[in-house]
Amino acid sequence: MSGPRDDKGGKKIIPNRVPARELDPRERRLNFEEVNLGYDAGQAVREAGRCLNCRKRPCVAGCPVGVPIPDFIASVSRGDFAGAYRIIRSANALPAVCGRVCPQETQCEGVCTVGRKHEAVAIGRLERFVADWRMKEQGAARTQKSPRKSGAPETPDGAGGRVAVVGSGPAGITCAYDLAQLGHKVTIFEALHEPGGVLFYGIPEFRLPKSIVAREMDNLKDMGVLIKTNAVIGRLLGLGELTEQFDAVFIGTGAGLPRFQGIPGEDLNGVYSANEFLTRTNLMRAYRFPAYDTPIKAGRRVAVIGGGNVAMDAARTAIRLGAESVTLVYRRGEAELPARAEEVRHAKEEGLLFEMCTLPVEITGDDGYVSGLKCLRMSLCEPGPGDLPGRKVPKPISGSEFSIPADTVIVAIGTSANPLLTGSARGLRLRRGYIETDDTCATSLRGVFAGGDIVTGSGLTVSAAMGAGRKAAKAIHEYVVSKKG
Amino acid sequence: MAEIIDKRLLRPPDIFYYKLAVPSIAAKAKPGQFVIIRLHDRGERIPLSLADIDPAGGTISLVVMCVGKTTSELATLQKGDNIKDVCGPLGNPTRIHNAGKVVLVGGGFGVAPLYPIGRAFKDAGSRVVTIMGARNKGLLIYGREMEGISERVIVSTEDGSAGTKGVITDALEMELKENGADLVVAVGPARMMQAACGKTGTFGVETVVSLNAVMIDGTGMCGGCRVRVGGETKFVCIDGPDFDGALVDWDLLIKRQRQYRAEEKESFEQWKKNHNLE
Ligand SMILES: Cc1cc2nc3c(=O)[nH]c(=O)nc-3n(C[C@H](O)[C@H](O)[C@H](O)COP(=O)(O)OP(=O)(O)OC[C@H]3O[C@@H](n4cnc5c(N)ncnc54)[C@H](O)[C@@H]3O)c2cc1C
Ligand SMILES: Cc1cc2nc3c(=O)[nH]c(=O)nc-3n(C[C@H](O)[C@H](O)[C@H](O)COP(=O)(O)OP(=O)(O)OC[C@H]3O[C@@H](n4cnc5c(N)ncnc54)[C@H](O)[C@@H]3O)c2cc1C
Ligand code: SF4
Ligand code: SF4
Ligand code: FES
Repeated sequence: MSGPRDDKGGKKIIPNRVPARELDPRERRLNFEEVNLGYDAGQAVREAGRCLNCRKRPCVAGCPVGVPIPDFIASVSRGDFAGAYRIIRSANALPAVCGRVCPQETQCEGVCTVGRKHEAVAIGRLERFVADWRMKEQGAARTQKSPRKSGAPETPDGAGGRVAVVGSGPAGITCAYDLAQLGHKVTIFEALHEPGGVLFYGIPEFRLPKSIVAREMDNLKDMGVLIKTNAVIGRLLGLGELTEQFDAVFIGTGAGLPRFQGIPGEDLNGVYSANEFLTRTNLMRAYRFPAYDTPIKAGRRVAVIGGGNVAMDAARTAIRLGAESVTLVYRRGEAELPARAEEVRHAKEEGLLFEMCTLPVEITGDDGYVSGLKCLRMSLCEPGPGDLPGRKVPKPISGSEFSIPADTVIVAIGTSANPLLTGSARGLRLRRGYIETDDTCATSLRGVFAGGDIVTGSGLTVSAAMGAGRKAAKAIHEYVVSKKG
Repeated sequence: MAEIIDKRLLRPPDIFYYKLAVPSIAAKAKPGQFVIIRLHDRGERIPLSLADIDPAGGTISLVVMCVGKTTSELATLQKGDNIKDVCGPLGNPTRIHNAGKVVLVGGGFGVAPLYPIGRAFKDAGSRVVTIMGARNKGLLIYGREMEGISERVIVSTEDGSAGTKGVITDALEMELKENGADLVVAVGPARMMQAACGKTGTFGVETVVSLNAVMIDGTGMCGGCRVRVGGETKFVCIDGPDFDGALVDWDLLIKRQRQYRAEEKESFEQWKKNHNLE
């Protein structure tokens, strides 16, 4: 099943991937420019040549949105970038985003045949290259201001419905994209003043430039999708009103409510949730204060609690805001860090300090402001009864208390479901605050579908949220067509 | 985008009244709620309480005191100008019911949001008494509006230039002592609300306060607006802004309000310099 291609005979495996250009760590510590510079056309064609075009296509199964990976890579290797873009877009509403932020090592690339013995084909980088290439082309075309309509309606006459999408994160965007392609009129309601969800307010500029998110939003608008910002559903309009005004509703409101540990000192000035720290920086551009109006207390010595992508983003943001030292405090070991491998590597290169197997027990203060973080060392034990099997369990070591001096503490230990919409929606079945759905993303309310972090909880990925958006779009399409038919 | 269809200087030099055309918000908003506005692409998001709601006319009113950069910049806008973003209504409406006798206590711009709240209490059958205070007569706002909805308006000024001489909480104490109350609603600076709760506490009268924590999104997403109420962490934007005043950790609220003092000053100074206002 692995190994040589069947049609053109055996193909030689090229063990190493073409390296991507990256900004020098010394330089990038000081700015918010994108770190990974991606491939140029020559590099992309060379990397594409490493793909074996496997018959069983394991990589496709590893991709939550089902990008036809070998097909688009084959186009890239022929230099047909426009063709490659069309193939990717058939499945993926946000290729420029996914190419940058998917944890490819556990998704598409994690199951790549070449990767079994050698370095996997750099699928993410190739996807990103194609999307960026297209944006450049489009940028040239766009200056002539000709509104395009991509994706002609494919629905039988009169079958197209009106669909409301709540939340403009990856789940909502993908759902809107697929529905618009099927000929439905879609209106997205977004609470913030910029659409994009976590892509805009959470993931930092140096990993995902906001201009790229904005461009993907323009693509959506070109397809006829209406985006209403500053529209908090549950306050401005209730779910009931949406179901009255639209044929179907998709809820993709994410899991934005920040969690705190509940240790003393969390209300001191200088303690941020990662969401607040990142929102101030990304959405409000506090890194350009006072040219932009929103301030941030960047801190000289910063401690970040957590070990996921969010913690890594907050830490690397603090470095760029000029902190002298930034320490990541995580209760398990380095091998257990849930963040993307590339982010951990980049963070290390940028000078992030790691305090692994460490549990914060108190944030100490001085005159209302943070002065330090009191911690305990943890030992990692084999899981006992009642623990998740396979994952080592951290246990505090008594008498191991020590303090990390800090004037800013960022809490990145996860988020929970936001009750704003769900709390006011009668008849919507929830489980621990999250929306319950069946396999088709249908909720307990007729005509109401949901997907993304508000269903599965945070700690998921962009592409998983997109996968849910796709699945919901399919179910919504069928629902609307049958309702109208 | 929302057009300013009316603007007036309510109290010289720094409290302005704005009426905005935002039909969808006006259709939904209830007394006690607020909006978050952003003036332009570089602007910050600031929360402002609703000082009136006119669903039929499609408008909301705001009464804003210039205290720093954004509120002062807002004051440079004129009738016919637009505000880039107006998000709302946000927060939970004040719980309106026939509460018997309700005493409204308003300090500074806080009198303005009490107007729609008091009117709603009155419409629900409550008797409304308003106590408003300021340093001197010239600093009082919304007197006529409050007259219209209250069976009595008690004015207190620190210099005695109008009403009784003293601080607003003395007037509150007097009213509670002489006439009692079933419910007190206090809106204004944190220290004033805290002092009001000190008085109502001794009389055992339930007191609703509207907290003004520093906010960004107003949707529960950042946690920046967190306060301690009854020993629990609450987010003002989604759990409030109204809370039982007896349970609020006031010192913490005030400390967190001052978190960005230095930065706010820097921002304001620079803005004044750029606008030749020094
Ligand atoms: C800092 C950070 C870094 C991450 N890094 C990665 C990464 O590198 N790779 C990866 O794969 N995943 C990453 N993730 C996870 C990923 O971003 C999320 O799983 C994904 O964004 C979830 O998508 P969603 O569409 O469900 O919700 P969100 O992206 O959370 O979007 C929800 C949207 O709904 C809006 N909304 C909420 N309530 C309402 C309402 N009542 N009315 C109207 N609008 C509302 C919100 O404002 C928001 O815009 C990261 C997450 C964070 C926070
Ligand atoms: C729910 C709520 C309702 C409010 N209603 C009114 C109102 O009706 N009229 C009115 O004049 N003011 C109101 N405020 C206060 C108003 O938001 C602040 O005065 C304004 O944000 C100050 O901005 P600035 O740039 O002019 O001043 P700055 O110099 O930036 O700040 C001055 C002070 O205002 C507070 N503040 C600053 N930024 C914010 C922010 N983003 N969110 C909240 N507070 C902040 C801080 O305590 C700060 O010390 C309300 C606040 C809240 C939370
Ligand atoms: S969407 Fe993500 S998982 Fe799928 S191919 Fe692209 S990078 Fe890989
Ligand atoms: S990307 Fe990897 S798994 Fe997919 S077809 Fe190419 S070689 Fe095979
Ligand atoms: S303002 Fe962000 S959670 Fe309340």
